[in-house]
Amino acid sequence: MPELTSVVELEGVSFAYRAGVRVLEDVSFEVSAGEFVAIAGPNGGGKTTLLRLVLGLERPTTGTVRVFGQVGGKSVDGARIGYLPQRARVVGEAPVTVREVVSTGRLTSAGIWGPLRRSDREAVARAIETVGLSDRADSPLRTLSGGMQQRALIAKALASEPTLLALDEPTTGVDAESQDSLGVLLEELRTQFGVTILYVSHEFGAVEHVVDRIVLVRGGIVYDGPPSGLPGVWHDPSHTHA
Amino acid sequence: MLDLEFMRLALATGVIVGVLAPAVGFFLVERQASLVGDGLGHVAFAGVAVGYLLGISPVLTALVAAVIGALAIEWLRTRRGAAGDQALALVFYTGIAAGVVLISKAGALNVNLFQFLFGSILTVTRADFLTVLVLGVGALTTIAILFRGLVATVLDGEGSRVAGVPVTRLNVVVAVLAALTVAVSMRIVGILLIAALMVLPVIAANRVAWSLRSTFALSMMFGVCAVIAGLSIAYYANLPPGGTIVLVAAGFFLVASGLSAVVRRG
Repeated sequence: MPELTSVVELEGVSFAYRAGVRVLEDVSFEVSAGEFVAIAGPNGGGKTTLLRLVLGLERPTTGTVRVFGQVGGKSVDGARIGYLPQRARVVGEAPVTVREVVSTGRLTSAGIWGPLRRSDREAVARAIETVGLSDRADSPLRTLSGGMQQRALIAKALASEPTLLALDEPTTGVDAESQDSLGVLLEELRTQFGVTILYVSHEFGAVEHVVDRIVLVRGGIVYDGPPSGLPGVWHDPSHTHA
Repeated sequence: MLDLEFMRLALATGVIVGVLAPAVGFFLVERQASLVGDGLGHVAFAGVAVGYLLGISPVLTALVAAVIGALAIEWLRTRRGAAGDQALALVFYTGIAAGVVLISKAGALNVNLFQFLFGSILTVTRADFLTVLVLGVGALTTIAILFRGLVATVLDGEGSRVAGVPVTRLNVVVAVLAALTVAVSMRIVGILLIAALMVLPVIAANRVAWSLRSTFALSMMFGVCAVIAGLSIAYYANLPPGGTIVLVAAGFFLVASGLSAVVRRG
């Protein structure tokens, strides 16, 4: 993959789920390689939609979305995207284990054919170790606490050793201690491996001290800059209506 | 019992069906689409009717009809935004209605038709066995090769799509495998009960398994055991094989649920 400075690029992007009801209007912003960006804003403000546009899960009504220089969510050789969806959960009734869930996150690197290679299994074990679940690797996910389940799903997003990590509301249902350790983990990933991180949340306290930028979204971008420059009224955007 | 060739053929065919039906059903159950097999059974009924009407193999026409039905359900679900149960209902009722009209037109409301609806061990021929063997082994090989991709798609469709997994194509593979299973299994279990053999062993395994892989393996084991026990009971007690096999599978579910409850309390 050629060296790219811009990992994510949005130009004049608008989006509507239904005709006439615009969720996002004329959004332009750029995320450079190795940046850690928090996308915040009130519920219903369009931050999850913005992330889905970046990931190619939605197509813009107008404007252009480029990821790794490619338009329209096309995959790029060597570029790996780790994604933790909002309210992520494992569907189905089967007692799927932590290792089995995390292994499914390795598909970007390993492909879908045949069994996992040894190097892939080692990468899965490393991802599980990174989130501190090595001793529960073979436990069924449903036997773990909500916070542990969330950490397992984060490990799934890490298993592909992503170049871009996208997390949507990763701290929902997670205790304060786990939120802080997530912030530390993400900072390590950024500094040690140069991972570009998009962190979508209405509560960004756990990462406020480690992110490069905060992008506040309410139908459009209302603030894009360092956390220190954040207007006081926005400091906790989940309370903007208070 | 095994002195009789028709029973040997029925058991050999049944073992393949007993492995295949839960192996495919596993992906339907975990995707919370357990009734897809039932819908495809009704479409296969229309296919059997077409076979009688045209004077060609009802198994072949049932296979074609079930594949078309499976693709229609998948297309309605993903492209037209229909809810899963609505897409299923549309195909389900159209299939059964077309079957009734076509069977009546072919004048085939007779014993032969009932063999397809409820299964009959007497109808399994060597040619049937070979057909089931080839298609069954092909389907199981496909599942073995694509297992990780299929599991990822079932557990987290959106995450897999972002990871570059061909989710739509894998969903089509599951739909076609389900159609194939219905078509090759109808001689043994019958069109009306095949879906049960795709679902009951899996939900029984879900109760007692300890991982996803063990759920998959136990599902197939329960499926084979249900077929062997069901066919044996049906032979000695002179009962319909399809219904007996499914009742045994339902018994496995009850036992597995009981065991699971005991373990939880312990």
